[in-house]
Parts: sequence; structure tokens; C-alpha cells
Amino acid sequence: MEAVPARPRGLAVDVGRAPAEGRIRRGGPVREGLRGYRLIVGMWIRSTMTYRTSFVLTTVGHAAITLLDFVAIYIMFSHVDALGGFTLPEIALLYGSCSASLGLADMLLGNTDRIGARIRDGSLDTMLVRPVPVLAQVAADRFALRRLGRIGQGLGVMGWALWTLDVDWTAGKVLLVPGMVLAGAAIFAAVMVTGAAFQFVTGDAAEVQNSFTYGGCTMLQYPPTVFAKDLLRGVTFVVPLAFVNWLPALHVLGRPDPLGLPGWVAYLSPLVAFVVFLPASLAWRAGVRSYRSTGS
Amino acid sequence: MADALISLDGVEKVFDVRRRVSLMRREKHRVRAVDGISFEVARGEMVGYIGPNGAGKSTTIKMLTGILTPSGGRLRVAGIDPARERMRLAHRIGVVFGQRTTLWWDLPLKDSYGLMRRLYRVPRARFEENLERCVDRLDLAELLDVPVRQLSLGQRMRGDIAAALLHDPEVLYLDEPTIGLDVVSKAKVRGFLRQLNEELGTTVLLTTHDLQDIEQLCERVMVIDHGRLMYDGPLGGLHTAGAVGESERTLVVDLERELAPISVAGARVVKVEGPRQWLAFPAGASAAPLVAAVAADYPLVDLSVREPDIEDVIARMYAGRG
Repeated sequence: MEAVPARPRGLAVDVGRAPAEGRIRRGGPVREGLRGYRLIVGMWIRSTMTYRTSFVLTTVGHAAITLLDFVAIYIMFSHVDALGGFTLPEIALLYGSCSASLGLADMLLGNTDRIGARIRDGSLDTMLVRPVPVLAQVAADRFALRRLGRIGQGLGVMGWALWTLDVDWTAGKVLLVPGMVLAGAAIFAAVMVTGAAFQFVTGDAAEVQNSFTYGGCTMLQYPPTVFAKDLLRGVTFVVPLAFVNWLPALHVLGRPDPLGLPGWVAYLSPLVAFVVFLPASLAWRAGVRSYRSTGS
Repeated sequence: MADALISLDGVEKVFDVRRRVSLMRREKHRVRAVDGISFEVARGEMVGYIGPNGAGKSTTIKMLTGILTPSGGRLRVAGIDPARERMRLAHRIGVVFGQRTTLWWDLPLKDSYGLMRRLYRVPRARFEENLERCVDRLDLAELLDVPVRQLSLGQRMRGDIAAALLHDPEVLYLDEPTIGLDVVSKAKVRGFLRQLNEELGTTVLLTTHDLQDIEQLCERVMVIDHGRLMYDGPLGGLHTAGAVGESERTLVVDLERELAPISVAGARVVKVEGPRQWLAFPAGASAAPLVAAVAADYPLVDLSVREPDIEDVIARMYAGRG
């Protein structure tokens, strides 16, 4: 409990009311952001819970839809034995890891694509006058717990794949599996932040962003061997989606990478996630500075 | 000014606006929303910032709160450059946007206040004290457990004002705080702001279209138009600057049928539209004898009295200058 300085009453100028500097900022922007994020997320969860039935129904619906997604792949395999040389459990590993990564990124900051609407109607103004980094507020905006459904589904499919597959486990591979999911989520998150920053310029580009995240995930569900080499180079070196699951998963499965990159590249995902966050955060800063608000 | 809490020196904001000329071609041109504004506000002042729509009022407020980055000039609030240190400034200022709520739509009003306490790290004792004062004076006791979506516009505005004050801001910015409110709510809001300024010395800067807000609250008025400061001084001086004398009220009368402009002592007809006529009379005079005179001589069906508004005063100010 902090000491409360006595407040002189009835004075025209009451200097004692100025907040103590010590109260103004405790940690760096990252810590402050996480703290603000947690508080705002808590409010959204409570808001959601005021409509309990709606929450239960949307969560169930969400899980059912994502599950049907995998059922489609399953049905495809009832007609073919392998796709691009990959068996069903192998594809399930790709599918599950990518789905879990995207689900995690989507739950933690998936609503950054709503920033376009907030920019257009000017309601971003109210976020800019709070003592919390705007990115944390935008990420927490309309936080939806129902997205746990997608993460659960992804992890479930991945678990089934690893249980079915005959993997030649090493310590590196054991670490690579959870690392791949987390780093993959971070890469998707960086793409989301970049997309959100871009919306300061365009006003609305949610679909461009979605084509990289949701569209990217749909691509990553299939083995890289079915795609053209140029596309693979693009998603390896330009928008590094290949590091979300392709490169680490190929290593776990003991398969060669179609681009012929050395084996240690599979372990680079966390580093790649860190590197892509740099341009993302720069773009975000430039975006906030260029914010124009609305007329009133 | 020695103790300037807010100071602006040649502040500008330029927007590049792209206008679509044809389907594919666009023309770029620059709009100077704020064009070199300089002023200072001392601690404890209560200032009205007025001007027509699109004059640059909101743009100025948004630069003062750190929402917008100025294109040029120097700007300080409590010694802080708002755009650079937005989060540090946030602890020192309170902001109320009349048209936009910061409260949580689906949650009880008090939950929004709890979030404010945590976000701003307000010590609990101080928070309780501030909340109690706001609840008491803004009449919020009955509303604390009501979800915000069920509040009326006036109730929500009072709720928003309280939310902006729980962290003891030194400056309170209000953008159209009485817009759309009924007479009772307006009076409550004004009374509260006056007390806040007198008792706690909170500096208040407000934009409004309601001349009564200014008359009842602000000793100092700034008029902005086309991004420039046109007037800075007491409200009384604004009338003098207009050089037209005191402001006028308007009596609108509906007659039984169309008539030639009627003649009544103490008023003049400024507009006729079918059976309806507009009579201007000095704002200081009573409307009662005027109404009696009209009713005695003419077939009167209905009537209303209009108070002078900001636009009238400013329009007259221009007329006086021109």
C-alpha cells in the first residue's frame, strides 16, 4: 500500500495532487504493455461472460468448424495414399502444428486486424490517451477466449500424428516440437503486427493481412513438395512462413528440405521470429506516428 | 506566463488529402488544419476553445493529448512533449470525448472505474476518495451497478467524466461535454466542472457549441477559425470584438396566417417564412412583455425563444471586423 500524501483542500492551486513520478512508470514499455494487456483481456473475458449462452455456443461452433477442416483432409486420404510423398500422419503433423501456432497468435493478438475499423471511426483516440502501449491495447481488443478451440484442435491433431508416426527421436527433435509451435505463433504475430501497421496507411487492409495468416496457414497444412520452388523460396526468404512448421517438421520427420538447405536451418525458427519482429515493430511505430484520427 | 501548464508556440498540423479526380487518378493537396497557433494556459484556468465546425478545435485538442503529432511548432503540457511521451502524459491529463465513451459497454459502471484504478496505478485510498466525490456530485450512486449499455446519454456522459478524473489529472480536456444532453444533465455537468476547478484547481480546456457552457464556466475564451487563433480573452470582450454590441435572442412566432412583417416595440423582424416570423431582441431583455405585445396585436398560434449560440457570436464578430 502506497503512502497517500495529505491533500490540502480548497486551494486554487493544489500542487500536492500532481501524481508522484514514481507512480507513473514501473517497468519498461514491454512490461507495461503486458500488464495493460492482462488487465484489458480480463475485462473482455468478463464482458464475454455476461452472455454465457452465446459464449458456449460460439466456442462449440468454433471447435466444430476447425475440426471439419481436418476431416476434409482425412476424406482426401481415403482416396489417395500419399500427397506429395507425405502420408496422412505426416500431413497431420504439419496441419496440427500450423493450426496450433495460428490459433495461439490469433487468440493473443488476432484482433489487431480490427484496427482498420478503429482507425476509420476514430475510436483509436481513446486508446492513445491511456498510459498503456497502443499495441497492447489493440492486441487485447475484443479478446476472444473461444479461440482456445482452435489451439486445442491443432494440438490434438499434432499429438495424434506424433503418436502414430515412427519418429527417430533425439533431444533436439524433442525440443523442436514445442519450439516450432511457439516460434510459429511468433512469426504469425509479427505478420499480424505488420499488417496492422499497414492499415494506418491504407485505412483498411485486413484482408491482405488475413491472406498471409489464414491463407499462409492453409498452405502450410500441405507438404512443401506439392508447391513450386519459387513459392517455397518466397515463403522461406521473403515472408518466412516456412519457418512456422515446414522446415522444423521436415527435420523431425527426417525428410530432406526441397530447397536443399542445411539441416541446422530447422532450428532457426525462434531466431527468424525475433528478426521479423524488428521490421514489424518499426512499421508499427511509424504507423502510430502517422495516425490522422477523424474530423471530430 | 510563469506557471504555464499548457503552452503552444507556432503549432501547425498539415494533412495531405488525396482527392479522387477520376476512377484512377488522384490529386494530392495540403490542408492546414492548424496554422501556427500560439497560446498559454496557466494552472487552474478554465478555458473555452470554440470555433465553427472544421476550424481546427479537435485537431488542437488531439495534439495536446498526444493523439496527433504536430507538423511544426513547439507544444508542451506539464513540461511534456505530448506526441513523444504520450504514456507519461496520460497520467497527468484526463480526456472526455463527448461523442465517444471509454466505458465498458457490457459491464457495470463500477467495473470500468476498477480498470482505471489499475491502469493508472491509483493508490486505493486516493481512488476511493476520488470516486466518492464523483459519485456524490455527479449523482452516480444508483448507476454503479448498471451495465453501461443501459445508461442514458446524460448518465453515460457523467460516468465518462468521472472516469477521466479518478487518477487526479492536472488538466482535463473536454470535447463537447454537453452535446445531446437535456437541460438537467447539462446543469449537473456544469456545476460539477465549476466545483472541480474551484476546489481542486484542475485546469480545464473545453470545446463546445453551447454558448451557455462558456458563459457559465469560462472566464477566458479562445476562438479558432481556419486553423488560426482569432480571439483570446474574456467572453465579454468577444462581443466588443464583434463591435455589434450585446448578443441577441430570437423569438420565433407562428401566426395563424401569412402576414407582413409585424411591428413590436423592442424587437425587429429578421426573417419571415410563411406564417412564421423571427424577431431578434437584446439577450438581456425579458421575453415576457414582447410575447404579451405580440399576442395582443396579432393572431398568435405558437412561439419559442432561441438562445444565441456560438456561431451567431462568431458570425457577428466577423461582421464587425469586415
